[in-house]
Amino acid sequence: MLEDNNKIKVALAGNPNVGKTTLFNAITGSKQHVGNWPGVTVEKKSGFTKYKGYDIEIVDLPGTYSLTAYSMDEIVSRNFIIEEKPDMVIQIVDASNLERNLYLTTQLMELETKIILALNMCDLATERGDKIYLNKMEEMLATPIVKTVASQEKGINHLLDKVIEERNNDQHHGHEIGYGDEIEEKIFEIEKILANDTEITEKYPLRWMSIRLLEGDENIKDKVNKSSVASKINDVLDSIDQEEYEADIADKRYSTINIIFPQICTRANQVLTKSDMIDRVLTNKYLGIPIFLSLMWGAFELTFAFATPFMDMIEIAFTWLAGMVSTNLQPAWLASLVGDGIIAGVGSVLIFVPNIFILFFLLSLLEGSGYLARAAFIMDRLMYKIGMHGKSFIPMLMGFGCNVPAIMAARSIEDDRDRLITILVVPFVSCGARLPIYILFAGTFFGRQAGTVIFAMYVLGILVAVASAKLFRLTVIKGKPAPFIMELPPYRVPKLKSALIHMWDNGAMYIKKAGTIILLGVTIIWILASFPWGVEYGSESSYVGIIGHLFEPFLRPLGFDWRISVALVFGFVAKEIVVGSIGVLFGVGDNQEALSQSLLADPGITPLNSMSLMVFSLLYMPCVAAMSVIKKETGSWKWTIFAILYGVAVAWIMAFVVYQGGKLLGY
Amino acid sequence: MLSTNETTLDTLKPGDKAKILKVRVKGSSIRRKLFDMGIVAGSEIQLIRRAPLGDPLEFKIKGYNLSIRKMEARDIFVQVLE
Repeated sequence: MLEDNNKIKVALAGNPNVGKTTLFNAITGSKQHVGNWPGVTVEKKSGFTKYKGYDIEIVDLPGTYSLTAYSMDEIVSRNFIIEEKPDMVIQIVDASNLERNLYLTTQLMELETKIILALNMCDLATERGDKIYLNKMEEMLATPIVKTVASQEKGINHLLDKVIEERNNDQHHGHEIGYGDEIEEKIFEIEKILANDTEITEKYPLRWMSIRLLEGDENIKDKVNKSSVASKINDVLDSIDQEEYEADIADKRYSTINIIFPQICTRANQVLTKSDMIDRVLTNKYLGIPIFLSLMWGAFELTFAFATPFMDMIEIAFTWLAGMVSTNLQPAWLASLVGDGIIAGVGSVLIFVPNIFILFFLLSLLEGSGYLARAAFIMDRLMYKIGMHGKSFIPMLMGFGCNVPAIMAARSIEDDRDRLITILVVPFVSCGARLPIYILFAGTFFGRQAGTVIFAMYVLGILVAVASAKLFRLTVIKGKPAPFIMELPPYRVPKLKSALIHMWDNGAMYIKKAGTIILLGVTIIWILASFPWGVEYGSESSYVGIIGHLFEPFLRPLGFDWRISVALVFGFVAKEIVVGSIGVLFGVGDNQEALSQSLLADPGITPLNSMSLMVFSLLYMPCVAAMSVIKKETGSWKWTIFAILYGVAVAWIMAFVVYQGGKLLGY
Repeated sequence: MLSTNETTLDTLKPGDKAKILKVRVKGSSIRRKLFDMGIVAGSEIQLIRRAPLGDPLEFKIKGYNLSIRKMEARDIFVQVLE
């Protein structure tokens, strides 16, 4: 085992908002790997560092308050510690909030793993006038403790020294909590039964498992029910008042902490903290909502102000590149595949990248500052009424910029069903790419009313999203939104480094994962537009044209002819392509002015048709980029296909109502 | 005397401090989550404010700020402290 002697595997645990990510970034720098935990959409981050001849692997566990089975985060964390058996766990403890942080410590200790506490944000605590007696704390908890200020990268080497020291220390330590005679008796009884099952004995700490069973942990119950001792365990569990035990055990943990706490820390008299004062304004009864809306508006303005020049550059670059290829590459079909297909396709993927990067950067700043939790707090009542969670609001709002980062941002919603609903309704929020369609048709046919018509489209998108959320709650995703039991963390100055890393991770993930599906999508569209062999690209006799004709009867009741059908098929790649393809199909190319003229002159397109078309374009299906992130974030083709079919169905019905209703009214 | 001060968490006024007596929230996983966050019998809790739209509520407990909807707060029994 010599070759393993210098390898150390460390798990990083801790409550949310205690500087865990900052510490992780400080230790590992850029040597990080981001992925998902197997089988779930919980993000897994690991990183490496070399220190004094050791290779240290750090696995960043999701931030949790506890290790019960409340969320996937908690299950993932404890499974990692039990099953992968890291050499030790570093728990980051917020020095300014010891009581709640130590609650997690008590649970980690029951997992029978080595623990080092990184006492973080000591600066905040000291500033406030708290006194923490480190030696006493080490003694009472029987774990090594290292002071860190992760935000200033202080104490990192000391922490790593401790990791190496602990690695070479065979002594097991850590004080476990005693739960009092009655509960201890039951724990002992269950432990004895569990000990008869070799498989369980090998894998799990028995005392921990017994406590979890007494607390009614479903996840552990499932495991025991599959074992040889299931019936005996259930006999014991049936004989007790579960609810009583559950409360008593949590109570005991906190009361033990209450006994320890005054001996290791004297807390300064709590006057109003800075954070409390900020909150008096930001979540004020009257000011809270206006401030929230202005901040969001500001974030959007900023996103577009910064993204637009980059988007223009990307567009120019790809247009130039496509032009180069189509003039210089032989044979012509290859030039078309590379130019019209691949380069145009990659361009349509990359055009969103500036938006995505900036939105994630701002989102990360908002999150790091602590404001994101307040945004959810402010909007929860409204969201709850429509069957959603306060945390769904920000992703929905981001949807107005681009649905892709919006769907990705839904990851911050812990509850699976809340997240799924959010992902499914975001595509109805009218993203920036749909605006050119409205501008063309509303501008051409509605003159001075154009602004009102465009505004109506945005409102319609919101209404459909809301109605769909309600409908899903009553049908396919039954139940109420998850409870809103959420910490409102103290405000802090967000860390630029963390925001940049967060931005990079998400942007890169979009390019990598979404890119492949999008490339596939655009290649298929290109094939359809170019074949049968020899037809003009995207013309009536190409497969796309044929499909357009095929769909025509289906779309005729909405007032669309085959040309519109073709444009809508192209719109699946990216909605802004709809305008371009209509231009091609009406034989005027990119010239908007000429396109307006020929639309007006065309007897097949009336104001009513165009209204119906705008409604359909708004709703009919997410673009291929959005679709690919739906697939990625839900991890399910079933829900991805559902999203597409549902979107098409809603779009068809709404456009039908508009068109046929309009005709009945004599428009 | 005691009984007159007994109420549920949702009825507190901003600034009111109370001691938690019993958590009767239905659903074992929600209850456990509340326990995990420090909502256990004996803990002291203070209502800081209501959200601008009236719900959820923001409390101070164990030195940090926690937000809970009225719906859950209704099932948490407390004794108001002077």
